[in-house]
Amino acid sequence: MINGVLTHSVEPVQQRRRRLKANLGLTDRVFRGTARGGGAIVLAIMVLVGTFLTYRALQALRKAGFSFITTEDWNPDGGGFGIAAVMVGTILIALVAIAVALPLALGVALYISEYAPLWARRWLVALVDLMAAVPSVVYGLWGAFFLQWQVLSLSRWISDWFGWIPIFKVSGVERHDPLASLTVYTSSTFIAGLVVAMMVAPIACSVMREAFGQAPPGEREGAYALGATRWGMIGSVVLPFGRGAIIGGTMLGLGRALGETIAVAMIISPVFKIQPHILENGTSSVSSLIALHYGESSPFALSALMAAGLALFVLTLIVNFGAASIVARSRSGAVSEV
Amino acid sequence: MTAVKEDSAVISEDKGARTNKAAPPRTTVPVRRRSDREQVRRRLGGVRRSDLFALFGALNASLATTGLLWTELAPFTGWLGFVVVSWLLFVVTYAVLVSFDEDRPTVRDRVSTVIVHSLAIVLFGTLIFVVIYTFVRGWAALHHLNFYTQDLSAAGPLDPLSVGGIKHAVVGTLIEMAIALGIAVPLGLLGGVFLHEIPGRFPQFVRTIVEAMTALPDLLAGLFVFATLILIFGLDKSGLAAGVALAITVLPIIIRATDVVLRLVPGSLTEASYALGSGQWRTVWHVVLPTARSGLATAVILGTARAVGETAPVLITAGATAGLNVDPLHGSMMSLPLLAYTLVQNSQPAMRARGFGAAATLLVLVLVLFGIARLIGGRGAGQLSARQHRRRAFASRRDLERFTARGPAEPLLDLISPPADPATLSSRTTQGESL
Repeated sequence: MINGVLTHSVEPVQQRRRRLKANLGLTDRVFRGTARGGGAIVLAIMVLVGTFLTYRALQALRKAGFSFITTEDWNPDGGGFGIAAVMVGTILIALVAIAVALPLALGVALYISEYAPLWARRWLVALVDLMAAVPSVVYGLWGAFFLQWQVLSLSRWISDWFGWIPIFKVSGVERHDPLASLTVYTSSTFIAGLVVAMMVAPIACSVMREAFGQAPPGEREGAYALGATRWGMIGSVVLPFGRGAIIGGTMLGLGRALGETIAVAMIISPVFKIQPHILENGTSSVSSLIALHYGESSPFALSALMAAGLALFVLTLIVNFGAASIVARSRSGAVSEV
Repeated sequence: MTAVKEDSAVISEDKGARTNKAAPPRTTVPVRRRSDREQVRRRLGGVRRSDLFALFGALNASLATTGLLWTELAPFTGWLGFVVVSWLLFVVTYAVLVSFDEDRPTVRDRVSTVIVHSLAIVLFGTLIFVVIYTFVRGWAALHHLNFYTQDLSAAGPLDPLSVGGIKHAVVGTLIEMAIALGIAVPLGLLGGVFLHEIPGRFPQFVRTIVEAMTALPDLLAGLFVFATLILIFGLDKSGLAAGVALAITVLPIIIRATDVVLRLVPGSLTEASYALGSGQWRTVWHVVLPTARSGLATAVILGTARAVGETAPVLITAGATAGLNVDPLHGSMMSLPLLAYTLVQNSQPAMRARGFGAAATLLVLVLVLFGIARLIGGRGAGQLSARQHRRRAFASRRDLERFTARGPAEPLLDLISPPADPATLSSRTTQGESL
């Protein structure tokens, strides 16, 4: 090119941008019409669900006003009602779940992509996906009938030794009293969070694993060539590469944890006051509130439930979109699949 | 462009070096004498004895210390606490032991290896334990044959497990799933194809909305159906309502998965199809969808597995009944997750066993669906199984015979000779077979 292959000069003709438009045949026009129609139906359903929930929720919101956010009680037909208690409960459960699920998911994702023998990887990936597909009611059964009773002594141990940290405080117990009843530790935020953690860890894990697997082999080899140990390689190549997916996967799991219903409803015993002590009996969440109260509700109470549901939806929406934008912006650019 | 430039530069330099004999050679290859000693292959990996000593020593030390703590020094109780404390002690002891004969990066590497392995054991162990636990607790009910052939209408709360079963819930689950999939699968696939094929701003908007709806808590879909179909349109709490609620729950999931799977179809395939003159519909129907078939099947089946296990929407919309109901329009209809949820809240051990039995049956259903998804899918678009490879090879051999039987085609130009090489033919026909 430099040697001057171009010998003739380009004549200065006014070049017009041509419109590129295919002349579609009948079948293609029908196909496009059908596809657009399908898209429109999907859009209509989604928008209908959203707007209907908002519309019905507005009835209750208009009556309750600002107190909807600050009231702890739930008594729509009589006194006041609000989501302060249930929202705090929901968020605390989700936070406990994520605090447990994040190290688990990260460790398993690293194990599958870096440590596991090659022949086992396919099976382990399938196992994690299977774990994400296990129905929540099965986890709920396991949590309510098995895990709960095993965790009690651990709960007591934590509250005995770390009770001075406000969230681990349990009111109404004698420290180090071996004869004290353990029932005060049942049905707590902590136990519900543990069960939800088992449900969201595989979801977060599969997002992370996908990103870790895509870490550039050249950089891995480079790290090894510079004398890094395996952990040194992971710390300098894999983890920075997958940072976006770690955050995104965690937030995806958080969104799922916020919306979890049945497993939580099977474990907690509902109270309508803000319960900041995660080891203590009694908490509440938005979805279990709806699941327990939808039946006996008057139309107005139903509207109040929808308002609570809408608040939850807005929360999960923010979390999910945050996750999507972080994952998309990261270098790994892993697609988050459900 | 740049690559071409560099190439030509390299070539000209090469020529210069070769023609100009006076230039000194840039590199000299030293003559290496092969060593006479017999060479032994060195092992790069493997386990050394000191590694094992450190590992098992740390394990012993931690177990012994925790045992001492648990039994003699401090009144702790519970095996979970024992495991947690001994694990923490184990990690610390292991780090100390390794640090005796390794440098610090290696210690960090070893400790992190131990931690990663234990996290993996915890998660996979929990999964396996959850599955086994459900089956063990449900076994009392599962081994009765009547559990699968009767419903619960005749079984009182005190009846033994030899009376009553979950037939109504199995039937109800199947009906609800059929309704949900009947709505969600065609609409979901169409929606996915729409997002993938139609350019412009409208699909982008739909994609955003669909992504937003994946965040919809499953319960709210049920609440929506409850407030519209049941309260406004006066439908009973029924299988139809539950099916619609489930469809709304899984629709965004299927659309998104379809969109992702279709994006994996190699662009060269679709462009080849367009280049051969086929229209968009033909390309979608004959190239895109068949290539993505296994991925689409996986997406649908995983969506199904998700929908089967959903309890919350069903809880609100289907109602609960003890009897068999095959009419999705009228009357409550039971489903497996809902049955499990309601039965275990009963205080009678027999009812609880039935609840666990229902959960175990549900789990089997999910496992089967998952197994099918793994068999069909688990492969990227365009990757063929051994059987598909054989079938394609057979088809192309048949095509080759057909072509050779017809004789060479009339050449359009003298420059183009008819492809006589069977390799070219077969590669063309493998593409052509799917058309």
